[in-house]
Amino acid sequence: MPALELRGVHARYAEREVLTGIDLAVEEGEVVALLGPSGSGKTTLLRIVAGLEQPSAGSVLLDGREVAGVPVHERGVGLMFQDYALFPHRDVAGNVGFGLRMAGRPAGEIRERVAEVLALVGLPGFEGRSVARLSGGEQQRVALARALAPRPRILMLDEPMGSLDRALRERLPDELAAIFRRLGLTVLYVTHDQDEALRVADRIVLLAGGRIEADGSPEALWSAPPTVFAAAFLGFRTIAHGELGDGAIRGPWGPIPLPAAAAPAASSGPVPFLLRPDAVRLDAAGPIAGTVSARRFRGDHVLLVVAVAGAPDLEVELRGGPLPAPGDPVRLAIDPAGVVLLRD
Amino acid sequence: MSRRAALLLALPPALFLAVFFAFPVLSIVALGVAPDGVPDPGALVRTWTSSSTLRVVAWTIGLALAATTLTLLAGLPAAWVFARFRFPGKRLLRALLTVPFVLPSVVVGAAFLALLGPRSPLNALLTAIAGPDAPQVRLDGTTIAILLASVFYNVAVVLRLVGGFWAHLDPRAEEAARVLGASPWRAFREVTWPLLRPAVLSAVSIVLLFTLTSFGIVLVLGGPGQATLEVEIWRRTALLLDLPAAAALSILQVGGVFLLLLASARAQERLAVAQRLRPAAETERAPRTRRERFVVGTVLAGLIALVGLPLLILVERSFAVGAGYGLTAWTTLGSLPQRAGLFVPPAEAIGNSLLFAFATLLVAGSLGLSAALAIGSRRGWLPQTFDALLMLPVGTSAVTVGFGFLVALGEPPLDLRTSILLIPLAHALVALPFVIRATAPVIRSIDPRLREAAAVLGASPGRAWREVDAPIVARAALVGAGFAFAISLGEFGATLFIARPATPTLPVAIYRLLGLPGPLPFAQAMALATILLVLTAISVLAIERLRGSGPSPF
Repeated sequence: MPALELRGVHARYAEREVLTGIDLAVEEGEVVALLGPSGSGKTTLLRIVAGLEQPSAGSVLLDGREVAGVPVHERGVGLMFQDYALFPHRDVAGNVGFGLRMAGRPAGEIRERVAEVLALVGLPGFEGRSVARLSGGEQQRVALARALAPRPRILMLDEPMGSLDRALRERLPDELAAIFRRLGLTVLYVTHDQDEALRVADRIVLLAGGRIEADGSPEALWSAPPTVFAAAFLGFRTIAHGELGDGAIRGPWGPIPLPAAAAPAASSGPVPFLLRPDAVRLDAAGPIAGTVSARRFRGDHVLLVVAVAGAPDLEVELRGGPLPAPGDPVRLAIDPAGVVLLRD
Repeated sequence: MSRRAALLLALPPALFLAVFFAFPVLSIVALGVAPDGVPDPGALVRTWTSSSTLRVVAWTIGLALAATTLTLLAGLPAAWVFARFRFPGKRLLRALLTVPFVLPSVVVGAAFLALLGPRSPLNALLTAIAGPDAPQVRLDGTTIAILLASVFYNVAVVLRLVGGFWAHLDPRAEEAARVLGASPWRAFREVTWPLLRPAVLSAVSIVLLFTLTSFGIVLVLGGPGQATLEVEIWRRTALLLDLPAAAALSILQVGGVFLLLLASARAQERLAVAQRLRPAAETERAPRTRRERFVVGTVLAGLIALVGLPLLILVERSFAVGAGYGLTAWTTLGSLPQRAGLFVPPAEAIGNSLLFAFATLLVAGSLGLSAALAIGSRRGWLPQTFDALLMLPVGTSAVTVGFGFLVALGEPPLDLRTSILLIPLAHALVALPFVIRATAPVIRSIDPRLREAAAVLGASPGRAWREVDAPIVARAALVGAGFAFAISLGEFGATLFIARPATPTLPVAIYRLLGLPGPLPFAQAMALATILLVLTAISVLAIERLRGSGPSPF
């Protein structure tokens, strides 16, 4: 039985459909990232699960039980708000222990649990601090501790890295992921940052325009994004259209043979496809002729931009080997394994 | 909060306003339009267009404009120094410079009388040297004294409003203009001034409002022929017993102030520039060059002299009776004055004032809290309109409030003339807008997500309100109650009309003592003013402590 299940959930604000028929099941112990651009309905979905918003249609099930009539405070879910919404008039312990106090736990137990979760998020001994005087990163940890303390059946996080500076954004997703795994938590993690989603989640659900655009493991999504939107949102740049036929796709760079398994029947019109960065390589005997137009150093590799006559530029990632300079003529070959057929 | 609950909460303040504001104001209008019970709008027009009224109006406006200009000239450099520079004792000095603004106007008048009047230390020295026939240096009864006292009273408004806003302006905008080739003055004129203008304008409109309706200062310091509209209303009522003429002047006064408030609100809307504000701590720095240190030092020294000197002399004069110093004025506060004018021992005024202030705190505090809850927890045109209605008494001078109480509540159906409640009710009316301004924004600013966070963590709606809203609301309510207390302590204009001879408040007693001849009543007035100064300072300090960094009521 899934820990959380959404069936045909719709939401609408003043005539505008924010969510249009979401079906989603999150299994016990699964960490799911809800990824999507702003306005895609991610936050609304979290608020519906928490009971802060009502769906206009569809149902929400927690541990297999429909929760339509259950008010927010009896749902027992954890929600970490964007910008945290810490109680400014309470100290750290007052914030973290709030949920336990609402549950009527005895003071001694609350004290122990608060100390325990504060230690877990790396803030041992912070009980008496004022939340206003904490740094952004510390506030985030207190908010996480507050959400974790009552042991919610599902933990939801709304853009937890939203207002943190770059250095923290680099480090914290891995720490969060480690905490989720250690506690075996069921997590719904909202973010607009694909890199963050890839690092934190077991599974990524890509949301666009109120619909689920893609759903799968980070590896699967990365190696084969299903749609043009998904590919573009994940940061892939070389996307083009071509005609399918004879086990090959005919795009702007000429025909590229496809592996038998990937080659479907001939298409009736142009089909979008993606060339992953690892698909294009320098090959003196390759079929495509071009001129290097720019060379960009990227730390662990060099990115070569090659202008191809009558076709969009191609990008080549070089790791070692001779480095052509801008203006040099080169020949390129495309590896069929790096070609991904997309849907619009 | 449900619509029903909000309406229920709005009911008591609405009723209060109807009975103690709308009814008196309408009574004044009725008295002005129909002096003898027969409608005669001609009487109103005749009073308005009489040469004496026109002279008083012109004088009132001229005095207000002059005082506002001087206040701006003194306040802008101070605002700049406080906004841009870091120096030792800054917080303390800022608090000290705010003291005059919260002082009762009678205390301000008394302080400048002590400094510039016939019994000033300078005149005492001249008499000691040259005998009783020595020439006297006096500025009381002159325009200069009134203007100086007005600047003293209002400079804090410019310092707080303009300086507060200036501190949040990004200095890099001005630096960018300098890099692009603008001289310091040009950079100020082209970049900083346009951004600052809305704050300056709101400070100007507040100072104008205060100087236009200034009563206590003019009454204490002004000579004959220097009556402003407020003083003239009092004079016609108390001395000439010409109530219809006083009513006509009151209508003129209320209408004029209302137009001023409307114009300033529109102008501020037009001038507002959307911009990113920066924390004040990021924009201040220590003065760097010798010249900067000199300018900062001069401005601060001038401010300290302007604010500190009158208050010091006020206290000093309370110990000076006849030659040398002594405690005579203080020890005789408990006994009845030999002369008429004040019918109880001055010390009784202290108890009266504290009692009235406490009653005002209860009335205005509870009414203000229920109004603020009704306005603050709901949105839409209804709460907004209610909010605007509740602010109306601000635009009505204290003198008009007192006059209205006298006219409306002194006879059936509502005869409260002999009721001890009359003064706290008047004070509550004056204090109510301030109480609401201190509490409603706090209630409105409670982040709704805090309630949501509490709900997600298992708090029922009622529990969430108790846990999240209640502590914040309680603090705001205490601040509002503190304002009511402080305002009641210093209220003079309305009280003068309705205080009964047997129960004078501190400001009324001070005013009566200042009107008595001889050195002892004068020193006693100074002693009472010192007590009032200390009481006011204590309540304001308590408010500041409670408020922390919350929004200011003005």
